[in-house]
Amino acid sequence: MRPFRYERADDVAGAVALLARAPQGAFLGGGTNLVDLMRLDVARPDVLVDVRRLTSDQVEELPDGGVRIGAAVPNSDLAANTMIRTRYPMLSAALLAGASGQLRNLATSGGNLLQRTRCVYFQNVTTACNKRQPGSGCSAIEGHHRDLAILGSSPACVATHPSDMAVAMVALDAVVQTHGPNGERSIPLAQLHRLPGQEPEHDTVLEHGELITAIDLPPMPPNVRSRYRKVRDRASYAFALVSVAAVLDISEGMIRDVRIALGGVAHKPWRATVAERSLIGGPASGERFRHAAEEELADAQPLPGNAFKVPLARNTIVRTLLDLAGSSLVPPGTAGPGPANPGATRPEATNPEAAHQETAGPGAADPEGVHPEAANPEAARPAPDPAVMDPEMDPGADPEGPRG
Amino acid sequence: MTIPAHAMGEMIDRIDGPDKVRGLARYAFEQPVERPAYLYPVQATIARGRMVGLDCRFASSEPGVLAVLHRYNAVRTRAQDGLGELDILQSDRVAFRNQFVAGVIAETSEIARHAAGLVRVEYQSEPHDVAFSADRDDLWTPSTVLSKFPMEVDKGDVDAGLADAPVRLDRTYTTPRYYHNAMEPHTTVACWADDQFTIYTSSQGVHAARGSIAALFGLDPRQIRVISPNIGGAFGSKAHVNPELILALLAARLVPGRPVKLALTRQQAFFQAGYRPETIQRIAIGAQEDGHIVAMFHACTSPTSQVQEYAEHCTRATPTMYATPNLRTQQRLASLDIPTPTIMRAPGECPGMFALESAMDELAVECGIDPIELRMRNEPETHPGTGLPFSSRNLIACLREGAERFGWDERDPTPRSRNEDGWLVGTGVAASTYHALQVPGSVATIRAEPPGRYTVLIAAADLGTGTWTALTQVAADALGVGVSDVELRIGDTAYPQAVVAGGSAGIASWGTAICEAAGQLRQRLGRGGTIPVEGLEVTAQMPENPYADQYSMHSFGAQFAEVRVNAETGEVRVPRLLGVFAAGRIVNPKTARSQLLGGMTMGMSMALHEDGVLDARFGSVVNQDLATYHISSNADVGAVEVRWLPEDDPYVNPMGTKGIGELGIVGAAAAVANAVYHATGVRIRDLPITLDKLMTW
Repeated sequence: MRPFRYERADDVAGAVALLARAPQGAFLGGGTNLVDLMRLDVARPDVLVDVRRLTSDQVEELPDGGVRIGAAVPNSDLAANTMIRTRYPMLSAALLAGASGQLRNLATSGGNLLQRTRCVYFQNVTTACNKRQPGSGCSAIEGHHRDLAILGSSPACVATHPSDMAVAMVALDAVVQTHGPNGERSIPLAQLHRLPGQEPEHDTVLEHGELITAIDLPPMPPNVRSRYRKVRDRASYAFALVSVAAVLDISEGMIRDVRIALGGVAHKPWRATVAERSLIGGPASGERFRHAAEEELADAQPLPGNAFKVPLARNTIVRTLLDLAGSSLVPPGTAGPGPANPGATRPEATNPEAAHQETAGPGAADPEGVHPEAANPEAARPAPDPAVMDPEMDPGADPEGPRG
Repeated sequence: MTIPAHAMGEMIDRIDGPDKVRGLARYAFEQPVERPAYLYPVQATIARGRMVGLDCRFASSEPGVLAVLHRYNAVRTRAQDGLGELDILQSDRVAFRNQFVAGVIAETSEIARHAAGLVRVEYQSEPHDVAFSADRDDLWTPSTVLSKFPMEVDKGDVDAGLADAPVRLDRTYTTPRYYHNAMEPHTTVACWADDQFTIYTSSQGVHAARGSIAALFGLDPRQIRVISPNIGGAFGSKAHVNPELILALLAARLVPGRPVKLALTRQQAFFQAGYRPETIQRIAIGAQEDGHIVAMFHACTSPTSQVQEYAEHCTRATPTMYATPNLRTQQRLASLDIPTPTIMRAPGECPGMFALESAMDELAVECGIDPIELRMRNEPETHPGTGLPFSSRNLIACLREGAERFGWDERDPTPRSRNEDGWLVGTGVAASTYHALQVPGSVATIRAEPPGRYTVLIAAADLGTGTWTALTQVAADALGVGVSDVELRIGDTAYPQAVVAGGSAGIASWGTAICEAAGQLRQRLGRGGTIPVEGLEVTAQMPENPYADQYSMHSFGAQFAEVRVNAETGEVRVPRLLGVFAAGRIVNPKTARSQLLGGMTMGMSMALHEDGVLDARFGSVVNQDLATYHISSNADVGAVEVRWLPEDDPYVNPMGTKGIGELGIVGAAAAVANAVYHATGVRIRDLPITLDKLMTW
């Protein structure tokens, strides 16, 4: 860790001006990633400009029915926000699937988008890494890359973007509002992050000194269903091996609209446009879901240690879409859209909470328990008698006798 | 021989609990000292070679830097034979990547850390060799015996037995490198003043540490005081003196009078605080068609460093477990350019019983016999390795009790027979065992003061496990008084000598010394028991156990696991674990439950998550923090039920205890792996069981 100067500004313009004068400086949001990287000597800013008080920490409704999320909104507040939970339950689920309660309390919405890869070589200054030190080489390609990219990587870098929140937001067509040395602009979130190419040191298209001030979500059409499914070895506090954020709009067995974003597979949240194009306008069926997923992954270039991610991404896309389609699914082998049954369409669709609950599979537990019934892996089975679980409560069965 | 239990068996709250939850209990790094200085290490960036240049000018000129410690200004130490890992800053050799090569001492920890990055070290690197395999032609047989158990056993004719057996199994199991990752990092505060070392450190045994330090620095042990009142977990990584303590002592010698503080970062603890080495184990079993074992072979290969020998004694429990006329175990080592491994919770038994209990499950499948029934059929009457009778052995009772509680009878043995909403459900069982030892060398002093206050002094250690409470209960019963009449003092070389907290032998060893002192005290007080006004003090050593050579002494247990495996993604979740143990008398059911529950959870973590990934190009593990080295966390732990059976063992020690620190982890990983096989039909023999090994490709 190197010595640095700590600065505060009175407003966004002041902060941007401060950083524009400090080419080695950085904005400080929640600091949950930046400060770690500074301790590891990976990030070496000479100036930190604290922006935590400068942008909004509120979620506001926009005139078109969408919402504007202030860049300073903590991840935990965003996940718990009533508008987010009712209108964009998938985003709430994605947030709760990431990090830990403590980190979510500190991490900001703007900062979450700008967190760096967790590639082990990027985080270790004694090993080569093109992202950390351009031109030094990539240690991951022939090393430990289980967590790294299968799509859009380059010979220079196979890093993944670690955010869950960003994956859900990309599927929600979020737009990022920024304020930089050259003024304000809006950037569709899907275009904020770059592919590594020959310049993996640049994660995003932001200029130096350009600050994210807010993230806008367009309104969700009525009766669409959404889901965030995160796959990882460990039930909590682990980055996604593969995650899928999907929004599905089906009418009379036909897919009116579908939006799919993948996490854990690329240098950016990966919008699965190939699969979307393949699906829109056709019937919703398992075969078509699988075909679309395979088309999307056709250009995957996995490494030996992460080849499993290709079938894992396929399986997860298909399962997520199947679960979203539910009773609207066209039976296998049926050519056409099948008999419409409008009377029985998606009772859950009017209740976004239900869509949210779907995100918790057995063990995909959310320890913070916005939905305790979904977070509890016991819920699916008869609850064990607590007296049997705990010798303190069952002295009769304890041969040593807790009372002697 | 067993003393009557009054306090023992009571579910007493932790004596140290209130101070810990209020933040008043001081750990080593928090000890208040005058004008502390902070040390930050510099570590080698090559895996093998020599240091040929050192430039400290930039570091030295940083404001606040007191000194740069390196091999030219470090005092000379004399590492004892076989302890080369401690031979730091003594030569230009680099024996493994991340070895300490220098350190910066500064007024603040931030300055020390920054300046450490400014120390320039030039190396001449040599090709390194970290390629671990069981096929190397330079494997050798280890000589170090960690306990009284022989490194290898050879009984009957295994080859003939295997050749003649109608059912034969020959399997290889592998386990990766594991890290202790105690919650409290390795910390030391050391001061050298007036030819005396005062050392606060997180240690499992202050006297053992003092002995090592005295030998290394050529000091009289009386010149050294080691204090370790509270410890935030250790799991074996704080049993021996580690290089980081030596680095702190070398730094303290460089700035006499200034207490030097060092806390390893989480990343550094992955390189300089030991680990459980990877193992490659081969198990061959020959059996009759009815499951009776006629021959068993168990071989383990593990790596060690070039500077010190450590063998993961995986085959140690094998001669204890099952009846067989023909038995051979084998241990081999590969010397590589890596840091030295060390003991970690149930060293040997933990990975060894993963392999053996997986193999037993495979044998049950081969023979078409229920795995519990298979173990019953192979239950020995006497210890298969030594022929001695067991002081007590209740493995079968544990299996029976567990089977009933777990609902084992309802199990359809067919693999992949339960699919619940896309999740394959399975159950598995495995046996646990650990040896019940007493380690000689502990001394206890008891001071009695009127009207009835007793102070018990012994330099034992509480690793956070409950020693403080349990040992007070032992002392109270040994004295025949109430727990509130006893004050226990531990964790300081100012108190009588105590052996290291390890091998699950702490309570058995320290408690026996306390019982001896208490017995002598009661004898001197006589029948009336009135304590003289001036008080009375008795000091006694742990007596030898007269039964030590007459009985084989072990704890046993049965572990059950239910797993759910996502048929498409391969994700494994463990909704249910049950452990039923027979470990002699349980001194404190509350802390005992936590110990066993923690062991089982750690075993599940080993089965599913933990994996130190070695990058051979760099010669070191690259997932060096808790974000990339995964351990089971809260959401991974479902219902864990812990049970124990009444067991009265008059031979082990006066308390009738067998030790429970390690038993819980033994067999837990096999139970999970066996359940995964039952759920999916896929047998995973290389840990961890990650989703890529089970998903639909």
